[in-house]
Amino acid sequence: MSSPDLPLVAPQTAHAAPSAGSHKGTGKKQRVRRLTGRDRVAVILMVAIPTLVVVGLIWLPAIASVLLSFTNWNGVGSLADVKVIGVENYTNVFTNYPPFKPAVEHNLLWLVVMFVVATPLGILFAVLIDKELKGSRFYQTALYLPVVLSLALVGFIWQLMYSRDQGLINAVLGTQIDFYGDPKWNIWAALFATCWKQVGYVMLLYLAGLKGVDASLKEAAQMDGANQVQTFFRIVFPVMRPINIIVLVITVIESLRAFDLVWVINQGRNGLELIATLVTANIVGEASRIGFGSALATIMLVISLVFISIYLWVVMREDER
Amino acid sequence: MNRPATESEYLASLVPASAGRQGFSRRNVLRGSLLAAGIPALLAACGGGGGNSGSGGGGGQVTLGSNFSDEVPLKTMKAMVEDAQKKQGISIKLNTVDHTTFQNNINNYLQGSPDDVFSWFAGYRMQFFAAQGLASDISDIWGSIGANYTDAFKKASTGEDGKQYFVPTTYGPWAVFYRKSLWQEKGYQAPKTLDEMKTLATQMQKDGLVPLAFADKEGWPAMGTFDQLNMRINGYQFHVDLMAGKEAWTDQKVKTVFDTWKGLLPFHQTDSLGRTWQEAATGVVNKTSGMMVIGSFIGQQFEEADQEDIDFFNFPEVDSAVGADAVEAPIDGFMMSKRPRNEDGAKKLLEYFGSPDDGVVQTTNDPSGIAANTKSDQSHYTELQKKCAEFVASAKSISQFMDRDTRPDFASTVMIPSLQSFIQNPNDIDGLCTQIENQKKSIFTS
Repeated sequence: MSSPDLPLVAPQTAHAAPSAGSHKGTGKKQRVRRLTGRDRVAVILMVAIPTLVVVGLIWLPAIASVLLSFTNWNGVGSLADVKVIGVENYTNVFTNYPPFKPAVEHNLLWLVVMFVVATPLGILFAVLIDKELKGSRFYQTALYLPVVLSLALVGFIWQLMYSRDQGLINAVLGTQIDFYGDPKWNIWAALFATCWKQVGYVMLLYLAGLKGVDASLKEAAQMDGANQVQTFFRIVFPVMRPINIIVLVITVIESLRAFDLVWVINQGRNGLELIATLVTANIVGEASRIGFGSALATIMLVISLVFISIYLWVVMREDER
Repeated sequence: MNRPATESEYLASLVPASAGRQGFSRRNVLRGSLLAAGIPALLAACGGGGGNSGSGGGGGQVTLGSNFSDEVPLKTMKAMVEDAQKKQGISIKLNTVDHTTFQNNINNYLQGSPDDVFSWFAGYRMQFFAAQGLASDISDIWGSIGANYTDAFKKASTGEDGKQYFVPTTYGPWAVFYRKSLWQEKGYQAPKTLDEMKTLATQMQKDGLVPLAFADKEGWPAMGTFDQLNMRINGYQFHVDLMAGKEAWTDQKVKTVFDTWKGLLPFHQTDSLGRTWQEAATGVVNKTSGMMVIGSFIGQQFEEADQEDIDFFNFPEVDSAVGADAVEAPIDGFMMSKRPRNEDGAKKLLEYFGSPDDGVVQTTNDPSGIAANTKSDQSHYTELQKKCAEFVASAKSISQFMDRDTRPDFASTVMIPSLQSFIQNPNDIDGLCTQIENQKKSIFTS
């Protein structure tokens, strides 16, 4: 990367420190102070403002949810009305809340389908488009289009396909399948719509990664007699490690975030339970079970933490190398 | 036939219709779909009828928060506001919010800076918010309007502390609705007992009809069927006690209700969990379904020309010892928020809502409701309205509706999933009842 024209040392360090004048701090130790007062203020603000935002908008609500999950509160009145009830909400979630088990199963299923179907498909499309076949721009646009739409809108669009009485699929096949109402079907219908969207996203990320792979690597592999498939799996795929990790993380995030689509379909009931919809169903509404909903939210937080920890572990190990 | 003519009409039919009870306008397509897409508050504000001049409050203006957001109810609301301004000499600012959004935000709304007067429902749902101190005692207004109402309505407007918090305006009974012309053509007779209803349903199946149009995508329509069966099998008082958490859901009486319902399910329209009540009602309108257990708001689904063709009969008797004189008729009306900025104006407005004039304005503009006010002139009523009014007047007891007679958190987080799972799998009634009872205990004792 470095070319001979560029200095090897950053300019400010290369300069000799002025012995006097504005830089009064430079004394015996010959330390260079590179920041002026204004710079310091700027740096402090740049650190402080995002920190405040993160703490105020992410950490505080998260901690509040965890705390509220040990209480019983209907959302009315001051915090003084909050009654602490220990782990009762959690006991209820696990033993006395029928939608919870299917919700966990559906979240897992979501994750698996994203991993096994959406991600490989996205990779495949990316590789194909990277080959710059004829009309690849058209395919690229077509595949990426769904990503631009919100999942809620995707729900409406697919209802045009799925509707029992008026949908395209039933009209073409001459069937009367109740795609959104029948729990045997609706989770798969929702998953299909989600994959339709997710594939384009994965494809785009991979395409960016593929463009970054040094062409000489592939060339070298081919010189050594590797075929296309071998080149991809033995050379390109391992080289794209950073992209792989990003895609992995995004897949996990998208599976846990799964919410909008099923909420639009039937508010996450009757075969479409997800932890996120249960949280919403308990907290949003006329008389909220804030404590119970918070317990569900905390469980979701714990699940996400598992994945976040794995990710951080991988990334940090990477840095140590 | 029921295939929509335009794409927008079709899209409109997909909007989650939990706002259903107020009917649904196929024309509010864009707003509807965007609302569901999750930008509710913003757009709901745009839906405001009386003009959102921003500054609000003060200056003798009364603010009125309304969830009557669909076409017919909104038009009705505007007419009421106009009439109230004229009659009471007050200036009213109407803030319309999308029906579902209003309901979902009611907690925050009432704790924030609510409008002086707001629309709401009678019964437990009203009592719940009154008990939390989120509404004002309006017993003094009842002193002047009380004579316009029957005792049943006063009871439905009274909080747990014996004070009044609610002014009822209209109501609509639940019953079994059908199309007169179809029944004449086929020679059907309204059944008096459940067995007769089954016989009739069997005949309808032979005639190629779906006997009972049915939908439960929104989760609440099935509650109506449960309520009807429960009141016919176990009586009104048991309904009240069960909803108040005083009776056990594991009681054999409740199991009998589910068991009877199970016997009726083969006559219900299949795939109900993917269908909204409007879609099911279309079957009655199109004469492909024979009848439907629903509220009188089904009238909103009929064309103007077909209004005279709607008819209904009381949900038939199951047990002759219990009879069939309990009727379900949810009441809508208005309440005053806890600290109105313009209390005098707010009270004047509520007095108007409690006056016979309001009933006339409301029932003329929206013929799917009946005036709660007994002094309201009924001469302009349609056949259906007249029949509904008589029907409720002759009832011995009037219930509200499952989600209005019990705790809202219990109704939405326990009963909706439970009833849906019953419809899906009607065979494990024991297990279902145990699950409901366990959850009920944890909610009611908290």
